[in-house]
Amino acid sequence: MSSAGHIAALRFGLGPRPDAPPPDDARAWLLAQLDGPPEAMDPPLDWEQDPTLADALALNALDRRNRLPAGERSRGATLYDAEFRSYFARLLTTAAPFRERLVAFWANHLAVSARESPMLPLVGDYVRNAIRPHVLGPFGTLLKAAIRHPAMLTYLNQDSSVGPDSVAGRRSGRGLNENLGREVLELHTLTPAAGYSQGDVTEFARLLTGLTVERNREPLGTFFRSASHEPGDKTVMGKVFPPGEASIDAALDWLAAHPATHRHLALKLARHFVADDPPPTVVERLAGVLRDTGGDLGAVSRELVALPEAWSPPLSKLRSPHDLVIAALRAMGADAGAAPFAATTEFALGQRIWSPTAPKGWPDVADAWIHPEGMLLRLDRMHAISGRFLRRDAREALELALGPLASPGTREAVLRAGSNREALTLLLGSPEFQRR
Amino acid sequence: MTRHLPPLGRRGLLLGLSAGAVLGGARLALGAGPSGDPRLVVVLLRGALDGLAAVQPYGDPALAGLRGPLALAQPGEEEGLLDLGGFFGLHPRLPKLHAMYAANEAIALHAACGPTRSRSHFVAQDMLEIGAEQRLASGWLNRALAGLPGHEEGANRAAFAIGTDLPLIMRGAEPVGMYAPSRSDRPPPDLYAKLMEINHADPLTGPAIQEGLRARGFTAGVLPPDEQRGGFVELAGAAGRLMAAPGGPRVAALEMTGWDTHAGQNGRLRVVLAQLDNGLDALREHLGPAWARTAVLVMTEFGRTARVNGNGGTDHGTGSAAFLLGGAVAGGRVVADWPGLAEGRLYEKRDLMPTLDLRAVAKALLRNHLGLSPAAVAAAFPGSAAIGEKSGLLRA
Repeated sequence: MSSAGHIAALRFGLGPRPDAPPPDDARAWLLAQLDGPPEAMDPPLDWEQDPTLADALALNALDRRNRLPAGERSRGATLYDAEFRSYFARLLTTAAPFRERLVAFWANHLAVSARESPMLPLVGDYVRNAIRPHVLGPFGTLLKAAIRHPAMLTYLNQDSSVGPDSVAGRRSGRGLNENLGREVLELHTLTPAAGYSQGDVTEFARLLTGLTVERNREPLGTFFRSASHEPGDKTVMGKVFPPGEASIDAALDWLAAHPATHRHLALKLARHFVADDPPPTVVERLAGVLRDTGGDLGAVSRELVALPEAWSPPLSKLRSPHDLVIAALRAMGADAGAAPFAATTEFALGQRIWSPTAPKGWPDVADAWIHPEGMLLRLDRMHAISGRFLRRDAREALELALGPLASPGTREAVLRAGSNREALTLLLGSPEFQRR
Repeated sequence: MTRHLPPLGRRGLLLGLSAGAVLGGARLALGAGPSGDPRLVVVLLRGALDGLAAVQPYGDPALAGLRGPLALAQPGEEEGLLDLGGFFGLHPRLPKLHAMYAANEAIALHAACGPTRSRSHFVAQDMLEIGAEQRLASGWLNRALAGLPGHEEGANRAAFAIGTDLPLIMRGAEPVGMYAPSRSDRPPPDLYAKLMEINHADPLTGPAIQEGLRARGFTAGVLPPDEQRGGFVELAGAAGRLMAAPGGPRVAALEMTGWDTHAGQNGRLRVVLAQLDNGLDALREHLGPAWARTAVLVMTEFGRTARVNGNGGTDHGTGSAAFLLGGAVAGGRVVADWPGLAEGRLYEKRDLMPTLDLRAVAKALLRNHLGLSPAAVAAAFPGSAAIGEKSGLLRA
């Protein structure tokens, strides 16, 4: 039995479901997800249609003006809850899991975090409108949408950065906040390997001034305040940009097209879809596609599917807690109603949805997730999942979730377990199930 | 066939920890003199208890040859069997059960088996709980509830199951309450050991699990003593408390895993048998005066091979041991039509030959302990007219 269908479902997708088993034609199944229209989806609970960015910012404003009694969930947090549940419901049930993996990958590459309360209502919109529509387009388009979104401007403090020599800067004495400028260069595009200096960071931060968030007056949202924009040309790594809002997009496009950015993106994609330490030839090949297509993320996604290195068992990538929980629940056939359970389970394993601990996003190597108590917690939580799906036939689940990827030892342990629940726990706690 | 959850079972009427919650539901149901109502507890040992280890026929001449290193020390020796009258001995980790035996409150049943001869856990457990040789959508204990005296007045509130899921034996048309432990539901020690086993060769997960288990106080897959107090012991004690209340539930089902001892059986059994022993004692203790009117049936889906295997364990077999205990039981005896362990006497030349159908025991409990009519007993165990009630198990 070929393992290609399972590899497609595990490595590229989110794990098989009873109603979405491993495909017969693995590559065609993946490519169809890239070519098809995006999946339609119900709006979050209690919303008739998807909340807009203006809705989110209005809730934030309301929370600031009318504080709720202690112990009550703020309006922003309530929207966050509805958003993540709707997102989890999609992950649990989607028929286009490769596409969802790409959405999560790029959202993690351009990470924002809901760890601070003003961020709570913004992250759902960020993923829906800044990330999701652009994961198969030019990287520059994705980068601009992400950097200009109020979630990113708030998270990395761009909203408080003021050009020191701008009208507002001279009047208020306020100055630059380099946070966003530095992270764009370091994390989102070039990386320090490109050899930029502190001077380049400062210049790029000066270039970004004026970009801020309007939180009080309609229309709410991202807005360019010229009075805060630093006058004069800015020189980033030798490239000169004139003053004005247009230079922000121009600089982001220039960074997106830089060879160092392509290498960086290629390495991260290879690490996610091939191995923690991917072969340099794979990175070169992906970087080449980005270079030749002007950073086309759809083209590089197709190239991932074509990589022989992405298809060789045994699968080596350790599932993050998030991936593990989603895959386990999909294997059990969980429906959208399991969304809150999924969220609390992965939170218990150290990964809270949309809330990485740093702008670098969640780590994508095994070492970051493997530690003794964490590993036992994984087993405990997998046992909790098997307790919730006691009537799920373990033998069926084994064939669905691992099939030919199951080692003889795992297969025998599952088939000879003393009870169906024990068999399910052994399946979900097997070394193969920890991988994708 | 598929196993649909009965709607009421799925809703699982959750009983609180306090007996008060149960009282609230049951006070009208049982009417006057409820403390006199009989109590029935069924304990399912999932994974196949090795009956030859739990109740060892040390007097059988073939035993030592079959069991080799798994044979236990003779009664009177250090860590020796607890004698049950000269031929059988109780495993040394069952001292409290032995004390009940000595007080004429426990019967050891031997060479017993459920309705099937399957060596599949799944099939055999299902049939043991269904109580028939073919699949039905409900369990025999649930069907029995319909025949409980006082059923029309609402005595169907009389049953509950303990654990995270309603076992098949309790599934069916009759509503059954559930008591679920609130604390986190960790794998039992035996399952951790199996998880370690399938992960040990993995360079990432193997060392992490090994170190994690060590940090949590496991040594060689065995839980530290205070952890042993949890799990089944706690649940059995809770069941006793719930059932002790006047008008409390009359019928309960509990389950315990960890019996599938394919390797290193002696070490593993010591842990689970001690838990079982402590749990049954906690049940007795918490039932208080109601113990006098209680019968507890402890049974497993099948036994294990008569011979030790290559890993110091035993594989799936057929006949096993079971226990019947409680103040209502005419105890102090081993009840067995002993087939013997000689080569020619083994079932398919490998397992203890079953000579007692557990349905005969269950029927006796329904008829003579709970007071079901013959028709109601027949409805609980359809298609088994040839299997009569086992007589003499209960006090007159």
